[in-house]
Amino acid sequence: MLDFPRWRVVMLNALIVLSILVAIPSFLPKAWLDRIPDGVPKETISLGLDLAGGSHILLEADTAQLARDRLESLEDSVRTAMRRAEPRISIDNVSRTGGKLSFVVPDSAQIDAAREALLPITANSTGGRDWTIEVTDGNRITLSPSGTGNTTVLDQAMNSAKDVIDRRINALGTLEPTIIRQGADRIVVQVPGLQDPQALKDLIGKTAKLEFKLVDEGADPEQTAQGKARVGSQVLPYPDNPTGIPYIAVRRLGGIAGDRLTGAQQSFDSQDNQPVVNIQFDGEGGQRFARMTQQNTGKLFAIILDGQVISAPRINEPILGGSSQISGSFTVESANQLAIALNSGALPVDLKVVEERSVGPDLGADSIKSGVLAALIGTAGVLLWMVLSYGRFGVYASFALIINVAMILAVMGLFNATLTLPGIAGFVLTIGAAVDANVLINERIREERRKGRRVIQALENGYKEASRAIFDANITNVIAAVLLFIFGSGPIRGFAVVLMIGIVTSVFTAVTLTRMWVAGWVKRARPQDLNI
Amino acid sequence: MKLLKLVPDNTNIGFLKWRKIAFGISILLMVASIALVATRGLNFGVDFIGGQMVRTTFVGEQSAPVEELRESIGQLGYGEPTIQRFGAENQVSIRMKLPEGADKNPELANEMAEKIIAKVKEDHPKVRIDGVDSVSGKVSSELFEKGLFALIAAALGIAAYIWIRFEWQFGVGAIWALIHDVTLTFGLFSLTQMEFDLNTIAALLTIIGYSLNDTIVIYDRIRENLMKYRKMDMPALLDLSVNETLSRTVMTSLTILTPLVVLVLFGPDVIFGFSVAMAFGIFVGSYSTVYQSAAFLIWFGVSSDSFVPAEKIADGKVERLNEGTV
Repeated sequence: MLDFPRWRVVMLNALIVLSILVAIPSFLPKAWLDRIPDGVPKETISLGLDLAGGSHILLEADTAQLARDRLESLEDSVRTAMRRAEPRISIDNVSRTGGKLSFVVPDSAQIDAAREALLPITANSTGGRDWTIEVTDGNRITLSPSGTGNTTVLDQAMNSAKDVIDRRINALGTLEPTIIRQGADRIVVQVPGLQDPQALKDLIGKTAKLEFKLVDEGADPEQTAQGKARVGSQVLPYPDNPTGIPYIAVRRLGGIAGDRLTGAQQSFDSQDNQPVVNIQFDGEGGQRFARMTQQNTGKLFAIILDGQVISAPRINEPILGGSSQISGSFTVESANQLAIALNSGALPVDLKVVEERSVGPDLGADSIKSGVLAALIGTAGVLLWMVLSYGRFGVYASFALIINVAMILAVMGLFNATLTLPGIAGFVLTIGAAVDANVLINERIREERRKGRRVIQALENGYKEASRAIFDANITNVIAAVLLFIFGSGPIRGFAVVLMIGIVTSVFTAVTLTRMWVAGWVKRARPQDLNI
Repeated sequence: MKLLKLVPDNTNIGFLKWRKIAFGISILLMVASIALVATRGLNFGVDFIGGQMVRTTFVGEQSAPVEELRESIGQLGYGEPTIQRFGAENQVSIRMKLPEGADKNPELANEMAEKIIAKVKEDHPKVRIDGVDSVSGKVSSELFEKGLFALIAAALGIAAYIWIRFEWQFGVGAIWALIHDVTLTFGLFSLTQMEFDLNTIAALLTIIGYSLNDTIVIYDRIRENLMKYRKMDMPALLDLSVNETLSRTVMTSLTILTPLVVLVLFGPDVIFGFSVAMAFGIFVGSYSTVYQSAAFLIWFGVSSDSFVPAEKIADGKVERLNEGTV
């Protein structure tokens, strides 16, 4: 038991030196780190948002909205397909209820032709079917979403939403965001060191879906004020309406979507010097915009952002150049934000902030200060107890503890693990618990001596008998820590990480290292009695 | 150097003779804890019930204008805020639960936080926002379920491990001690109305881990003694095992409690509840190891035969069993 071959001693010492070296960068100021040449390992522990300050924002997709949008665009393509069919198929009684689109083909002779026309619309790119077609009562066709259809659409929407958010945050500059998808319909955005989380939320939460639709100028203003629209029109909110009524009626069809932009910039209007956003369409978008403005010169058109009208200017002349200007009651900042949002593309799905955790840098700094202080005092207290109680063996345990701390930091640094506030607590706890192994061993040695065993025998038995309980106790702690890691979230996981690493390293330092030192001492001093 | 000995050599305290009284007290405390939780409830943080919490520092002011805040934020129409000091005199957290029937709007918690921050900033332009937590109803119930699941899974996982390593009676005894510790900690949180949040679940899981740490050390010794002293009756054997490990129990509890007490006194205010729960749990855990998990073995009829395979007893080989065959 106390026999340590030379190669093991060398290896263990090398491991100690190595872990101390790896742990050092975590204590160095950043300026020093930058001067260390590349190639030399200099991984440091990263601080969690609760210590470094920053924002954690959990976004959830509005799947109901996504399904509604999908159904709406299905209706559009169905109507187009029926109109373009040869001969034209007339449809009637169109309804979108319960997530399904259903309509009646009055001429039942055309049912097969209608079904034929629907096939290309309802198929997806992989050859499967996004919508299932069903004919009931002889001439009613019902399209219901297939299970895979909805999940693929959501999946695609979430992937591109993630990219959009990435582009928007990058447009803000020097932040180092972490953006990850979580589950089927969520995205986590973490931005360290952020001063104003509100601006971030405003930016990433904005869908930025731009549409241009013709104003229904024949609508009855009183009806519009009550939110009622004629057939073929819809009423949208228009907070800045000069007439004072915060609503406006627009034509449902014949508009164009703003997804064909190549660029957007904040600028100033040449006449009244108000902040505006200049936009440029791509080739096809420009053509469509030109056609729309040509056909409707003199009429009003509404510029709609996320379902809300921001302005409704008159088309004075056809706009052929493929670029336009969005005016509205903007400030420079809000115009700039809109430009960023438009540049990064519209979010394919509405995202809602369902969880936010932001910590200001001052609170984080306070937490680090008091956490580190507590850790230092706690360690000092534990060391004092150990030395007072076990003398030489307490000193060994103390050194083992200090190396344990270095090893935890080294392992965390190597894996780039994140230290959180509960992580500091985990650290403090690990310190207390790590010496438990030494307590067990030392108490056992005391006991064996009391029973009259000789020095060597007592030491051997002490380590052997205690290690069974040490092993079992640590396994149960590992079970708790692993479950904590699996089911915990955010900072709690940081706690679990420290706990897990601490358990493994503490068994090594508290058992193996102290045994090596004890063995070395016994060899050198050949003690006849133990002061323990 | 004269070394410190917290427990004198050859201590022999008759712990187990108090086991019936201790058991009675424990049952009483557990019933009281359950009654407390049932009537007073737990002061759930926004993690588990949804809502928002904003931490503010009123820079340049002596103390936070608590009454004024209560008034102005109450007028926002979400209900009465809970305002608590944290850290210095001029630092308060403003907590607001989600109003009833808020499931419709998943963004409500976040909107509440935004409105409250805007209001406070309007009245006190120099205020510093130190932190925002907003959790929607759906996310909070997920966090709650996950936390509860983690607790149950940890308890069962550890009990299963003890069952494999020892005997089933030991596993049940350990689970019982664990339920005891967790129930009393719940009671403490209900009594003091300290905030019960995600950190508290982490504390509870750690308490489970370390309370079992203790239990395992004593069980290990009991098993050893059961095989060594085959004629000794159970209460005496348990007393012997507890006394033999007593100095270790005291020492370990001290070394773990030392940093925890430091955390409670000097640690970050944000994890105050966490530290208190942990210190309390370790304390209760040490007690329950002796009086619950060890004493339980008597009631479950564990005897020296428990660790000897049945066929060996039949063969009459048991008498030759000694330490060497472990």
